[in-house]
Amino acid sequence: MLLELDPDQEVLREATARYLTDRVPTEKIRRLRNDVSGFEADYWRAGAELGWTSLLVAEEHGGGSISGAGLVDLTVAAHEFGLRAAPGPLVPTNVVAAALSAVGGAAHEAVLAGLLEGTAIASWGYAEPAPNDRLGTVELTCRVEGDEIVLDGVKRPVESAGVAQFLLVTGRGEAGLTQVLVPTDTPGVTVEPLRTVDLTRRFSSVRFDGARVPASALVGELGGAAEQVERQLQLALVILSAESVGAMQAAFDMTVQWAFERYSFGRPLASYQELKHRFADMKSWLEAAHAISDTAASAVGAESPDAPELVSAAKAFIGEYGVELLQDCVQIHGGIGVTFEHDLHLFLRRVVLDRALYGTPAEHRQRIAGVVEHLKERA
Amino acid sequence: MSTGDIEDVETFRQRARAWIRGNLAPLPAGSGIGVMRAGESDEAELAAVARQREIQRMFYDAGFAGIAFPREYGGQGLTADHQKAFSEEISGYEYPADIQAPTFSPCAAVLLDFGTEEQKRQHIPAILKGEELWMQFLSEPSAGSDVAAALTSAVRDGDDWILNGSKIWTTGAWWSDWGLVLARTNWDVPKHRGLTVFILPIHQPGIEVNRIEMLNGNKEFCQEYLTDVRVPDTDRIGEVDDGWTVGTRWMFHERMLHNSPLVTIPADGARGTIRATHLVEIARDAGRLEDPLARDLIGEGRMLDLVTHALQGRLSRGLRSGRMPDQSAAIGRLFTGVTAARTTTLSFNLAGGASAAWTDDDGATAECGNDFLLRQVSCIGGGTTEMARNVVSERVLGMPREPAKDRGIAFRDVPRGASNRG
Repeated sequence: MLLELDPDQEVLREATARYLTDRVPTEKIRRLRNDVSGFEADYWRAGAELGWTSLLVAEEHGGGSISGAGLVDLTVAAHEFGLRAAPGPLVPTNVVAAALSAVGGAAHEAVLAGLLEGTAIASWGYAEPAPNDRLGTVELTCRVEGDEIVLDGVKRPVESAGVAQFLLVTGRGEAGLTQVLVPTDTPGVTVEPLRTVDLTRRFSSVRFDGARVPASALVGELGGAAEQVERQLQLALVILSAESVGAMQAAFDMTVQWAFERYSFGRPLASYQELKHRFADMKSWLEAAHAISDTAASAVGAESPDAPELVSAAKAFIGEYGVELLQDCVQIHGGIGVTFEHDLHLFLRRVVLDRALYGTPAEHRQRIAGVVEHLKERA
Repeated sequence: MSTGDIEDVETFRQRARAWIRGNLAPLPAGSGIGVMRAGESDEAELAAVARQREIQRMFYDAGFAGIAFPREYGGQGLTADHQKAFSEEISGYEYPADIQAPTFSPCAAVLLDFGTEEQKRQHIPAILKGEELWMQFLSEPSAGSDVAAALTSAVRDGDDWILNGSKIWTTGAWWSDWGLVLARTNWDVPKHRGLTVFILPIHQPGIEVNRIEMLNGNKEFCQEYLTDVRVPDTDRIGEVDDGWTVGTRWMFHERMLHNSPLVTIPADGARGTIRATHLVEIARDAGRLEDPLARDLIGEGRMLDLVTHALQGRLSRGLRSGRMPDQSAAIGRLFTGVTAARTTTLSFNLAGGASAAWTDDDGATAECGNDFLLRQVSCIGGGTTEMARNVVSERVLGMPREPAKDRGIAFRDVPRGASNRG
């Protein structure tokens, strides 16, 4: 997280922290494992009032940033989510809200207003199942038939699809990449729940069998969505990275405290050099994760030319070192670290899942290679 | 620092860009790459150092020397942001690499922190003009990471001190002018309380400079033998027996080199590193640029570059604002050391069979095997990563300190090897 928040960002952080502590203490999060949606509708509505869904939305649509850099502001809230392993569709709702505000036009204003109020949930249909599950692969087709667009294909995993009223779906047509906003009750749309490692987030496989939406469902231009999809990916990665760093911070702090309190052979774990050195390594990864997450957030927020590689560097680094840090925390806790009773797994789940969403570290490293290969041309 | 009447960073940047492009030669691709690669010849090295002094003088004459140094010592009195802009603009052009570290930081930085007014007026302008190259007489053959266990002694003799002992790992002492020396002035107190810092000209009777050959033929490190070297008390830095106060700051500046507003280090990295852009060259010259596994390694290298840069920025801001304790600089030292070693491994792996045997015609893949032999240099030089881990765990996280047999007892009585073990 940012080393220094401005006073208004601090208000958002503080309000989010207090609200999450009250509404979703860790005991509550444990009980969510059997909850179908993973969060309560009124929980999300009140959260939206705190600003969770409006920071990437233009003022004329009812949104607005706090500091002038809405995405950076949003990472302040996302960090608190990670720090408390909190539930709620923070990534997909914000990605869809940002897209509707940027290119949705008048047709989607009502949906956008619902997202801002927290009364509607929308999800982002980006990833596809194997063998199309490589980062950025889109095989779902959207075919124009008269005044309608017909969708065929599968998106998975789609976060919160089970409770979402709308899905922003990326498909491929003759004209190129296209995005449409699809109500989940559209005939031909089937939502099947998936199992996942997290306690709070729910994912589904969403099948489109000749599902028809009117041409007004288009978000942006027919065949012209490549740039907006790239933008959405960057936004998702920034929010996800900030969350993961929050979870890393929580696990690290918890494990440092444990090392001071737990005695073995008559001395605290924190006195053993072998463990101290591992804590030092973890501390360096943690600070590096904060740094690259914040750097990527401001680059993506400012749409600077180095945003694509910075955001992939954040995803690749945090994906790789985040899970290593968490597993080291488990190791240092010993047996208790792999129990359901202990809080550590709440954070382990968060970074493990985040690592696998929207491109693995290896995929993002290859994406970076594509950028660095052409670096001289950019300079 | 005064505000208001200084040049704004953007105007300064434009002025710097125009001057750099008009006066300095672009660097050939891949120059300065590799892990301490051996130079061509002593003559070539001396010529390179002479050129660097010349460039430093050009900086001075053009108003670009000591950008963030105070004006009263010949600097420009500008800010860290101006220095950063200059470092960004000079990327890809020749610059006085060997003068930045350690002359500007840590040596000149220590002078600014602890030097007397007279010392600063004598040396800082000369440093800014390229007339004085400084080196660190810090490490000793017997001490390794235990820097405070220095055996080099300084004994008071009237208005002078007499120095005896040996210093090691001094980069380029054979072509440098001045040394910043940590010496023992009191053997009857615990080790940290009996040290004092001095400065001295390197080339004088009583100092013998021997060059050390590294395993790849590089000879930039030196060992010096000091025999009855006379140093006037006016060349003492800081208080007598309080050298550890100076030394702590000295090592802080060393660890913060890449964030220092006092040095010019091109934005694309310091010399003697392997950068991700170079990994692309290696992969291309090895004919495996399209191989997804190779691209994974290139991406990892670039990721580590970007993360390192972001981390250094965060530490720099945190230390400046006081939100992080000074000892957090060790986090950067640890991360950059481990990362540089990893990047060297990436280049070794990308070069493939050319790591085993090569010719100069093999392009960027040549020498990758030799670089790998020296890989651990990044985790040893400037303080080992193990020491950095101790600092992070003990001073940043507050974990219990390692037991030490030398704590609280006179340095005279500390065991120093098998021979005097009680």
